[in-house]
Amino acid sequence: MGKISNQAVLQKLTERFGSAVSIPSEPFGLLTFETGKEHIIDVLTFLKEDPELKFNYLTDITGIHYPEKELPIGVIYHLHSLYNNVRVRIKVFLEERNPVIPTAVNLWKGANWMERETYDFFGIVFEGHPDLRRILNVDEMTVFPMRKEFPLEDPNRADKKDFFFGR
Amino acid sequence: MQIKRTFSLEDKLMNHPAIKSSEQLQDTMTLNLGPTHPATHGVFQNVLEMDGERIVSGVSTIGYIHRAFEKIAEHRPYYQITPLTDRLNYCSSPINNMGWHMTVEKMLGIQTPKRVDYLRVIVMELARITDHLICNGILGVDTGAFSGFLYLMQEREHIYEIYEEICGARLTTNIGRIGGFERDFNDIAFAKLRKFLKNFPPVLKEFENLFDRNRIFIERTAGVAAVDAETALQYSWSGPILRACGVDYDVRVNEPYSSYEDFDFDIPVGTNGDVYDRYMVRNEEMWQSLRIIEQALEKVEKEPKGVFAADVPEYYLPPKEEVYNNMEALIYHFKIVMGEIDAPKTEVYHCVEGGNGELGFYLVSDGGRTPFRLHFRRPSFINYQMYAPMSRGMLLSDAIINMSSLNVIAGELDA
Repeated sequence: MGKISNQAVLQKLTERFGSAVSIPSEPFGLLTFETGKEHIIDVLTFLKEDPELKFNYLTDITGIHYPEKELPIGVIYHLHSLYNNVRVRIKVFLEERNPVIPTAVNLWKGANWMERETYDFFGIVFEGHPDLRRILNVDEMTVFPMRKEFPLEDPNRADKKDFFFGR
Repeated sequence: MQIKRTFSLEDKLMNHPAIKSSEQLQDTMTLNLGPTHPATHGVFQNVLEMDGERIVSGVSTIGYIHRAFEKIAEHRPYYQITPLTDRLNYCSSPINNMGWHMTVEKMLGIQTPKRVDYLRVIVMELARITDHLICNGILGVDTGAFSGFLYLMQEREHIYEIYEEICGARLTTNIGRIGGFERDFNDIAFAKLRKFLKNFPPVLKEFENLFDRNRIFIERTAGVAAVDAETALQYSWSGPILRACGVDYDVRVNEPYSSYEDFDFDIPVGTNGDVYDRYMVRNEEMWQSLRIIEQALEKVEKEPKGVFAADVPEYYLPPKEEVYNNMEALIYHFKIVMGEIDAPKTEVYHCVEGGNGELGFYLVSDGGRTPFRLHFRRPSFINYQMYAPMSRGMLLSDAIINMSSLNVIAGELDA
């Protein structure tokens, strides 16, 4: 489908960044790899500005929470090269206590609200973000509701108990 | 007799609690546009600093109808998430439904028969027409022409009648299942579809005649809120508004899903990226959608009759008669409903061309009956963030029609 193969993208990345780009995989043909938070802006800049790759379109930024992992909070970037019609997924994992990652607003202005949404739901702080406030939830909220420890509803409600099926 | 004033107007103004001292008198005015303003068509709030009629700066506040779909989806089995997707972009909910089904099918490795693909294309293109109808009709209303909107609403009603024949519902359709449709399209649905294909083009033509060369409409829209392609890409725009800026990015062509590669259609692009171009792109897309539906109807006739779902008994609910009379069907029914069929541990990103742009589903599965994480890439959310920055320097009345031409749907904006 794309004009440039996933292997070629990965090879260029490993040439430039070496072991900073790790655990590559291709679930359903979409090149996925991990990197560290100290490299993420360099990786994004490289992908965006390399004259062959030209990943010029930021599809999405979102977060994920794996409570069991050593580095439980993940930030997931989806990039798209409209020139080559290739997508790539980048993951960065952060610690739970103080998840901080540099912002991508300087590369794509559209990252602004995506990062605000990610902060709102996962508490990931994007360093250098011009306006890091909650966006969908109320400002007074003290929790980050998409983290796994946050229950969907109050577990103490008696009226929701079912004799046969539990809750 | 001279009435004596016991107060001086000036004093009263100066001592008003809102104005502490004369130094704080500003020459701009703060205007609260929304959240429930008749001109915003949804729950959007923008706090605007106005200098006369011009907008100096603005701050958008969103989230008024946030319903935590991503959190709810983590607690629901896959087949129960479809009704949630209905409520994203409720002007074109079948596209959202189909996008979700296709995401799960991609994850499970289900190959749908061609006839299912073509039927899905028909439904999705109908949904695209309803979406664009609403947007362009509303644009007309906001520029002061009400009748075009009414002509189009009548046709939307006919599309909703087709939905009714297919699935029973009208607005939040919940069409289809993972693997196909829950039932075949009946003859009335096809008859209504053909009738619509015959009756709609003259109405759309009449609508175009009313607007395309209308002096008032052109003066209100041409050159208003023009965006260049570079800025649009910087803000990750997608859909008709990106194509109006001249970027020919359409998911249906870039990454064909549901057999879109079998169809012959054009992608209209604009040049200026202003409101008029967005209007023209949407109108042309409706013509292209009609072309696609006609082709799809032809193709459906060539396919074997009565096929409306893939043959995947592990994931597709069997018909009720079989559940009561057939042991295998009963077992599958039980397993599906009680969630005993595990999904593979994987992650998948699938996107479809929604009414407003690239509607993406990022699904992470840990093997259970529910998604581990589901994220919707909602085009309205991403398109809307440019609204406040681009309103700077605009007239208030232009900002209003700019908002209706972006076609931001509150349900999709807030998820």
